[in-house]
Amino acid sequence: MNVEYLGLKSISGSLVVVEGIRDASFEEIVEIKTTDGEERMGKIIELAEDYAVVQVYEGTRALSLTNTVTRLTGRPMEVGVSKEILGRVFDGAGRPIDGLGKIFADKYLDVNGKPMNPVSREYPRNYIQTGVSAIDGLTTLIRGQKLPIFSGNGLPHDELAMQIATQAKIEGADNDNFAIIFCAMGVSNDVADYFRTSFEKNGVLQRVVMFLNLSNDPVGERIITPRCALTVAEYLAFEHNMHILVIMTDMTSYAEALREISSSQNEIPSRKGFPGYLYSDLASMYERAGMLNRGTGSITQIPILSMPNDDITHPIPDLTGYITEGQIVLERNLYQKGIYPPVSILPSLSRLMKDGIGEGFTRKDHPDVANQLFAAYSNVQEVRSLASVIGEDELGDTDKKYLQFGRALENELIAQARDENRDIGQTLDLGWQLLKILPREELSRMDTKILDEFYPA
Amino acid sequence: MEISGIIYSINGPVVKVSGSREFKMYDQVFVGNERLIGEVIGIGERHTVVQVYENTTGLKVGEPVVSGQKSMSVILAPGILGGIFDGIERPLKVIEQQSGAFIARGLQVDLLDKKKQWQVEVLARAGDKVFGGTVVAQTPETPQIMHKIMVPCHISGMVKTVAPSGAYTITDTIATVEDDSGKTYDIRLMQEWPIRIPRPYKSRVNVRRPLMTGQRVIDTLFPLAKGGTAAVPGGFGTGKTMTQHQLAKWSDADIIVYIGCGERGNEMTQVLEEFTSLVDPRSGNSLMDRTTLIANTSNMPVAAREASIYTGITLAEYYRDMGYHVAIMADSTSRWAEALREISGRLEEMPAEEGFPAYLSSRLAAFYERAGYVNNLNGSEGSITIIGAVSPQGGDFSEPVTQNTKRFVRAFLALDRMLAYSRHYPAINWLTSYSEYVSEVRHWYEDNVDYRFMDYRTRIIAVLQEEANLNEIVKLIGADVLPDDQKLILEIARVIRTGFLQQNAYHASDTFVPVKKQFLMMDMILRLYDRAKTVVLRNIPIAQLVATGIFDEVVAIKYTVDNDSLDKFDEFRQKIDDACGKVIADNEVIRR
Ligand SMILES: Nc1ncnc2c1ncn2[C@@H]1O[C@H](COP(=O)(O)OP(=O)(O)O)[C@@H](O)[C@H]1O
Ligand SMILES: [Mg+2]
Repeated sequence: MNVEYLGLKSISGSLVVVEGIRDASFEEIVEIKTTDGEERMGKIIELAEDYAVVQVYEGTRALSLTNTVTRLTGRPMEVGVSKEILGRVFDGAGRPIDGLGKIFADKYLDVNGKPMNPVSREYPRNYIQTGVSAIDGLTTLIRGQKLPIFSGNGLPHDELAMQIATQAKIEGADNDNFAIIFCAMGVSNDVADYFRTSFEKNGVLQRVVMFLNLSNDPVGERIITPRCALTVAEYLAFEHNMHILVIMTDMTSYAEALREISSSQNEIPSRKGFPGYLYSDLASMYERAGMLNRGTGSITQIPILSMPNDDITHPIPDLTGYITEGQIVLERNLYQKGIYPPVSILPSLSRLMKDGIGEGFTRKDHPDVANQLFAAYSNVQEVRSLASVIGEDELGDTDKKYLQFGRALENELIAQARDENRDIGQTLDLGWQLLKILPREELSRMDTKILDEFYPA
Repeated sequence: MEISGIIYSINGPVVKVSGSREFKMYDQVFVGNERLIGEVIGIGERHTVVQVYENTTGLKVGEPVVSGQKSMSVILAPGILGGIFDGIERPLKVIEQQSGAFIARGLQVDLLDKKKQWQVEVLARAGDKVFGGTVVAQTPETPQIMHKIMVPCHISGMVKTVAPSGAYTITDTIATVEDDSGKTYDIRLMQEWPIRIPRPYKSRVNVRRPLMTGQRVIDTLFPLAKGGTAAVPGGFGTGKTMTQHQLAKWSDADIIVYIGCGERGNEMTQVLEEFTSLVDPRSGNSLMDRTTLIANTSNMPVAAREASIYTGITLAEYYRDMGYHVAIMADSTSRWAEALREISGRLEEMPAEEGFPAYLSSRLAAFYERAGYVNNLNGSEGSITIIGAVSPQGGDFSEPVTQNTKRFVRAFLALDRMLAYSRHYPAINWLTSYSEYVSEVRHWYEDNVDYRFMDYRTRIIAVLQEEANLNEIVKLIGADVLPDDQKLILEIARVIRTGFLQQNAYHASDTFVPVKKQFLMMDMILRLYDRAKTVVLRNIPIAQLVATGIFDEVVAIKYTVDNDSLDKFDEFRQKIDDACGKVIADNEVIRR
């Protein structure tokens, strides 16, 4: 089936139209060779009797209507997998770029994967201690969860992701069955380097697989980078029972790439020019996190996205939040106060936390402490806005205590050093220490029994 | 005669077919060599347009498309309850057996188990006159639900033969019916129904009974009605899914149809696990015994998402026809609307607002119209209550899906991001939510709970309203300088918010609260309010009463008084009176 098709009918953005194609299949990968011998890859995204629309992953620069030869491969986009893949570095389309040669693939898998059957899922319940108080105490990460970091330009999301990756303690996971997959989409070389050197410094490079589509790499390729990464993750987690932590950054660049391709197809946009299917497209990646009720492996995802203009209602964070199991929101204001990690706890949420904390998981007071810290801190915001009007001195006694509590929470619980690894007991004890700044009557979210035990009248 | 064509073009889930002009609108079709399931959604001059319910990757131009020669339908028979199905009623457990943990394409699966034997009691006798809807037999589908086998809607006549009671599969014939023209029909346990056509009923009845949910803010402030409609809009993380789960668990419907429409896979897993182990407080059986789940999670094919809503409502209508009260939860209707938008975009239809097709509003209307309290064809009464979650983009309620939904629902439970941020759950905003059912269900509350119920409700709302007004001032000058009668309003409002409106879904007894207890809690709060007013009238600072801790005790009632020891409220009445009495007495002493 080695038929070659000469020339193109039209070119627009990263799309080309090939005429007269026979026997092509929808979403099949094609190879496009230029007359000077360069090879590119593309995917058929629309197919009709007399033409095919192909999205060229490497872009259409220097292509003309006459200087190409197109060949069908007969296959969808696939990635070769094997256990030997650990420690390797690939480009955004899954080709090795570390100079270590080809992968001897165990098998080739369609990067699009298939939807996990809800009846085959195992509901995630096991908590991952990250050593970061704001996360462990208030937005607990659960094994198999997808928990993104909503950040902004210049905020330390990379450091936080790295700290989590380094300190994460997954029960039952040791060096043999734990691995990190790092997936870069449109980030700068510096960012990729930061991760690489940090992995190296921590001595885990051999447990890391990297997929790099950097900011100067082709936009079209960016669409497949996370899919390659997640396919490898599924293979390791569900065929080799490994615990996989997938760090994906920056989802914003990914979504923008999708928008670019959509607009070159003249599709009707929904909000801010993003295609109407952005939600389903993001879901097709985020939903690949999880666990199965057979086997013991897991895929935990930490996608990182920069919120354009720090706006959480922007379609990218918005649609992400609708799919992921919570979000860790970073706040510029806190960072400017010198607080690291600048986790804004009120909009942050871990939806799976409720089933993975408390008696038998972390500590029995955990749900109450977390609830009460949230409620009290939200009151702090009100007191602060009142204080800004009438002045701090005019506040009542209780309100003054709230201000003190708020400051302490930010400086002592949320803030910690970049290499400080607190265990959950330390975090919760710290929580109590802060709550005791407030009069006991104020702690109305607590079960009285817990209160009596930890904060006797 | 076979009707078939060949694939002309493929664009995502939309496939155009050439080579036949015989396809009918909304007919089911089998697409390609793998026989993927699809439905005809448009017929043009040159092509028939099909939406495909499975992933179209790998399809080729020229592959065959064959008509199933019937509208996209579901099978109605015992075996629906307790199950979990995809958007077109294919059982996910059978799919798992065939393709493992990941859903493959082109699977050929029976919609319901055709081998299972059901213990059927045949009720009809030869010679009986029957018509569409007549119950001719019954079988206990689950320990809780008696499944009524009804004559299909289009058949009427005389029963000619009946099978003896005994064990039958859903394809077995249990009776034959001869119509006036002498044609005979086999009546089986199963029948089919096209999902896009509402099942008929005799007449609509005005709603009058509340759907009790055990959720205080709903039952008391914004009651739902059996046969009514409600929307639960809210940005992500505000509690739409939790609210839907709570209603599915605790509402007093006979049957629950839960549609996970374009949402998370783990949430469906959770429902399946939890509902199987949870016990229905009314029947003592597993909650799954009255529940059926339809799952088209966000990573499953988008065309089937569009269908899932219709599949769900058709199943609901079938149980309604048996005389049951059905509640259907759709989480989230926005994903369904987006599926419409995606298909519409691929058809290059002219978009209206935000890319949604112009028919969004009529489709929404038609869906909510399938709710109602009705007289069934067979004379029984049944109802369908629809509760749809709405996921507005950016949490902004002015977007098209929220706005259009608002036109067709009569209860609106607006979830509020700020309340969710401060972990006030359920984050239902008491100022912007509403229920138009209050006047219809008023009598039910007055006759079955307490004649003062609705008056109390009005007073509670008034306090919250006054608090909102006072807060405007407090924001500017602080609460300390307010006069004591206004401070009292703030204190009582705080008791209402934290002690009554906030309800912890994870607390063993607070998760579901009988309406009688809801009433008594209001009674305590308003009693405290009235007694405290007498304190304030004597110019005693309200802070003194607050210092006795009585407000906090009333807040804690939800935890300290068990749902089944309501007599403890008498103690509280006394405590309130004592606390107020003591403060007054202490001040008298000082004054003297
Ligand atoms: N009634 C409630 N009681 C306790 N927690 C709740 C309640 N409602 C919502 N929550 C919390 O809010 C989180 C998000 O709720 P969810 O229903 O998943 O939001 P949505 O579906 O609107 O995105 C839950 O994981 C839970 O922690
Ligand atoms: Mg939800």
